[in-house]
Amino acid sequence: MRASAAPPVLAVHHAQKRFGAVHALRDVSLEAHRGEVLALLGDNGAGKSTLVKCISGVHALDEGEILLDGEAASIHSPSAARRAGIETVYQDLALFDNLTPAQNFYCGREIAFPAWLPRGLRFLSGRAMDREAAAVLERLRVNLPRFDAPVALMSGGQRQAIAVARATVFARKVVILDEPTAALGVRESRRVLDLIAQLRAEGNAVVLITHNMEHVIELADRAVVLRQGRKVGELKPNRANQQELVGMIVGAEA
Amino acid sequence: MRERTNTASISPTGGPAVGGSAISLALRLLSIGPLLILILLAAVIRLLTPNFLKPANLGNIVAQTAVIAIVAAGQHLVILTRGIDLSVGASLALATVIGGLVFRVADSALLVTLAMLLTGLTVGAINGIVYVFGRLPHPFIVTLATLSICRGLALEFSIGHTTMRGMPDAITVLGESSSFGIPNSFFVVFGVAAIVLVMAKAMVWGRWIYAVGGAPEAALEMGIPVKAVLVSTYMISGLCAGIGAVVLAGRTAASSPLYGNLLELDTIAAVIIGGASFLGGRGHIGHALVGALMIGVIRNALNLLNVDVFFQMIAIGLIIVVAVQADVLRNHLEARARAREAASTP
Repeated sequence: MRASAAPPVLAVHHAQKRFGAVHALRDVSLEAHRGEVLALLGDNGAGKSTLVKCISGVHALDEGEILLDGEAASIHSPSAARRAGIETVYQDLALFDNLTPAQNFYCGREIAFPAWLPRGLRFLSGRAMDREAAAVLERLRVNLPRFDAPVALMSGGQRQAIAVARATVFARKVVILDEPTAALGVRESRRVLDLIAQLRAEGNAVVLITHNMEHVIELADRAVVLRQGRKVGELKPNRANQQELVGMIVGAEA
Repeated sequence: MRERTNTASISPTGGPAVGGSAISLALRLLSIGPLLILILLAAVIRLLTPNFLKPANLGNIVAQTAVIAIVAAGQHLVILTRGIDLSVGASLALATVIGGLVFRVADSALLVTLAMLLTGLTVGAINGIVYVFGRLPHPFIVTLATLSICRGLALEFSIGHTTMRGMPDAITVLGESSSFGIPNSFFVVFGVAAIVLVMAKAMVWGRWIYAVGGAPEAALEMGIPVKAVLVSTYMISGLCAGIGAVVLAGRTAASSPLYGNLLELDTIAAVIIGGASFLGGRGHIGHALVGALMIGVIRNALNLLNVDVFFQMIAIGLIIVVAVQADVLRNHLEARARAREAASTP
């Protein structure tokens, strides 16, 4: 098992998924490595979301397997995926508008004591959670105007940053970002892109779904293109092959 | 006017202040609004009728408000989860009747109290279990059903009696008498409020309540045991109705299937008037207490002023409209603050 270098942190082998008559994934394989941004590209209905949902435990694969650090992982629910170290930030962000950033960070995995009580009956360590969350945001250079206000009062970019930062705290292996800049303006997108670069610099494996070619060329170390459930290409995106990439996505011959 | 300047000086607590201080000031004012209105209301009523602030009358208000406040403490937890509990008044009545039946068999304050608390807890558990495991879209219907069932059972069990006289001494002392010049029921309210406060604000369970009310889908995604949280919340609401039953049965030294009529509306009104959000996820026990007190004060004042009882209902209805409007205004202001935040991002 030590033949080559470290195995990829995430590997999908020969994934197949059908929804009734729809063949959503046809023999898709891909790998993601630490310290790398992998772009997952494709037109609407190409199978990106299905693939991501299989990796994050929302759907189960019909055939094929998912390996984490070279070992087969059984990911049968979102919480199992989370326990395995895979964090996914969907477009709805799954934030609690009525809670502060730190409360959002730890919602569902609160730091609390004493350990002998059932989880729900433990007492919150509010200060510890505030401190940890502040440290993470500082490290990721996310500036929030207020730390004690509910996230309802924060902008789209700030909310996105909070959701991404929360994912990175708990993602021991992979962070999946589903169109993180789709709802944002230019300046706010900029900050989220910087944040993604920061995640990579810290050694996370980032899987990025986006429709924005500029972002792909700027950030992605590799791009995997899906079309009609098949993997139709994999390359290192740059200015020179941008047209080729777009051609793969829409299915036109280059 | 003085309150205005005070709140302005408090507002930039912790961290750099947000731009748009007018909006954040307005949000602050909205959050302490109900308390200000209560104080203002008390001052106006004092001018109209000097009897209002006499200790005996204040004791009256506390005694009359206690039941609403206790049951509203449970209702506020339910509303925090985006729910509603319509059964509290009827389950309170059923609890007093079952307590009354137990009293006929055994003159034991302990047994009677336990019977009432267990009745409330059971009704709450049924509400929660049917709501969650019946996969109902909203708790309105199931708690409406238990309202009807409990009222019917209470009438059935009390065969022909609209009141069943008699309660163990300890319970009447709790409901009726005073210690250190303060009605004992006040201490019950205080105890319930303190426990609810700790559970909601200091314990993981409370954080989950806010999470479920704030974003139910996200709560599931984040691995919060949503079903257990909901069932336990309705159980606590039922338990509060049971505690209210003990206090009311004690105050009247009787039980009745007619007790708690429209109490569900009073408690919901208290929580909303107090400033909690009907949309869930926002509010605290202080809102329930201030709202309950406001209802108690208005009823008391209109009594003192010999105003027709119908006007009490109209007045409370009007205040509910204002409170809900304030909630809408708050959401609007928050959206404005969010837009401003996005525009000012460097």
